[in-house]
Amino acid sequence: MLDGTNLIYRYDGSMEGLLCCIFESYEKKEMPCGISPQDEAQGTLFREKEITTDRKKAERVWTAIPKKISREAAELIRLCFLSCVSEKELLLLKFVRLGFHYGAKVTSMLTNDTVDGVLRAVKALQNESHQYKEFVRFSDYDGALVAVIRPKNQVLPLIAGHFCSRLKWESFMIYDKTHHIALVYREGKKEIVPVEELIVPEAGEEEQKYRKLWKMFYETIAIEGRDNPRCRMTHMPKRYWEFLTEFEEELVRDRAKNVMEDPTRNALPAR
Amino acid sequence: MDVLEKLRILTDAAKYDVACTSSGVDRGEPAKGGIGNAAACGICHSFSADGRCISLLKVLMTNACVYDCKFCVNRRSHDTPRAAFTPRELAELTINFYKRNYIEGLFLSSGILKSPDYTCERMIEALRILREEYRFNGYIHAKAIPGADAGLVTQLGMLADRMSVNIELPSQTSLSLLAPDKSKEAILRPMGLITGKIEESTTELARYRHAPKFAPAGQSTQMIVGATPDTDYQILNLTEGLYKKYKLKRVFFSAYMPVAEDPLLPALTTKPPLLREHRLYQADWLLRYYGFRASELLDEAHQSFHPLIDPKCGWAVNHMEEFPVEVNRAPYETLLRVPGIGVKSARRIVKARRTGSLDFAGLKKIGVVLKRAQYFITCSGKMMEGLRVNQDAVLRSLISEHCRELAYEPEQLSLFGESKVLPEDITKCLTGQI
Repeated sequence: MLDGTNLIYRYDGSMEGLLCCIFESYEKKEMPCGISPQDEAQGTLFREKEITTDRKKAERVWTAIPKKISREAAELIRLCFLSCVSEKELLLLKFVRLGFHYGAKVTSMLTNDTVDGVLRAVKALQNESHQYKEFVRFSDYDGALVAVIRPKNQVLPLIAGHFCSRLKWESFMIYDKTHHIALVYREGKKEIVPVEELIVPEAGEEEQKYRKLWKMFYETIAIEGRDNPRCRMTHMPKRYWEFLTEFEEELVRDRAKNVMEDPTRNALPAR
Repeated sequence: MDVLEKLRILTDAAKYDVACTSSGVDRGEPAKGGIGNAAACGICHSFSADGRCISLLKVLMTNACVYDCKFCVNRRSHDTPRAAFTPRELAELTINFYKRNYIEGLFLSSGILKSPDYTCERMIEALRILREEYRFNGYIHAKAIPGADAGLVTQLGMLADRMSVNIELPSQTSLSLLAPDKSKEAILRPMGLITGKIEESTTELARYRHAPKFAPAGQSTQMIVGATPDTDYQILNLTEGLYKKYKLKRVFFSAYMPVAEDPLLPALTTKPPLLREHRLYQADWLLRYYGFRASELLDEAHQSFHPLIDPKCGWAVNHMEEFPVEVNRAPYETLLRVPGIGVKSARRIVKARRTGSLDFAGLKKIGVVLKRAQYFITCSGKMMEGLRVNQDAVLRSLISEHCRELAYEPEQLSLFGESKVLPEDITKCLTGQI
């Protein structure tokens, strides 16, 4: 059995960094019990090891994966790294080890816990990405389209192609509030850049008009006799509602209601 | 009248149309200065309070109509405000909604204003503005207007991705009773025309890559369920016929919502037969993806689906001689027929068993619903451990929680007040020992 049950790798949080961890694990013939990014400060009783990122080592691992395992496996690794599954780094290390052992058939070993874990993480990422193709709402600020999202996984790389093709001749930006990154598309060029905070301007008259029209459409299209809030919630979970134009007022109402029902409010001394 | 009010009236009038899918075609990048693409899988953009998907801006060109179909909100004799979009208003609205990612495209239908030809021309004009002036490259679903000139229907199809003609009611008798202005022929004629045009266009495409496409996402239709005494058996047979003969992509069902008082129609207080609609959709899926034939699911003697168990489970309990199925060897088609195994899990089973034999724990991981499947499968020759097959338990596990609610809510008539249904009664119902 590989040594290192009380060892933790610390890496820089990048894909290349993780590939270097995999390299290290093979070179030192050791299996860490955890891999975490450096900025995730956590006190631990285990021995920690800093893994410095080395492009060459990363390159070696990255080219070996499609050759010795399969392209499908390489794609799964790339995607799984964007997912929000906990301890994805260790999961990927286990997956790569399994892959180098079994070869291309690893991706068919659906009943293996590690493979299952990777596939589930990727599926969750892909599902969320599809939902953000649906639920992104742009506002038009003088010709520039801006949308804000709060995804669990890093969906921007997966939805970029879709929106860039669809809005090929427009300029737009999608800001990911969870990961503080933004997809910016201008004059046919796209890039994903870090953005600490984004303050969206007040909506103009034209924008307000179309929001109002959309809300009217949304409310009218439902058939009262078939009311089915649970079905709606399954398809469109409430965590997406925050930035949906059709729920703007509903959320304001909700907030107002919460204030009314807030017990501490009554506790305030009367003036 | 301002656009907001028009939108309200014309959405309200269009909401009973079921289809809102944007699937069936991949449209690449827009031409210079244009906007839009489309994905074959379809993309929903929102879900309304009734849980139905909103993918397209579903509106009528106008809700004025010369016909007087009894089941329709837009019938001539109905006292309701009328409105009409100008083609340009509609095109602008579509582009602005699309740009903000509210919608995937436009679903355009219309009441018959003046004549079918005139109505069709206005629809063509709206789509022309969208496609030519705005270079809109998103999805368009257009309703063919029965009775319109074949040339106009062809023009419409050249601008749209999907076309549909509503078959409205499942039989000629029902049609002549409730829609006296429409006949089966008048509906089937444009449907046949569209089928022909689509075929023509695909053969031409095979020859010339840039040949213009006619409704590349195919054709669909819908019918109302529960307004007339037609049975599930009749409806399902008709559906199968439509798929075969007219090569339709989808047949939609719409539970009848009472919109008018008429001695020929169910009373206004009747609840829509949602469960029945649900069962028909399940059966429709079995026809399209699971390799079932309509005659396997229902026959002369059994004309309606069981309210408590879905059509696939229903078929399985009546064909116990086909089970159990050995998951490590059975072909894909056989796996698909096992309750609790769907298209995805059947595919995964086929993939996973190449690397080693599967056991029950493995099946669970793959996504098989063991609660149902356990009675119908073996893993390496063994049934699930500790499984006792008694009919009561089998049936109870086949009835989903969701169904129990559905079954008692909208469907069951209660003549004698609240009645408690005991498990024994259910078993009796299912085994036919009433």
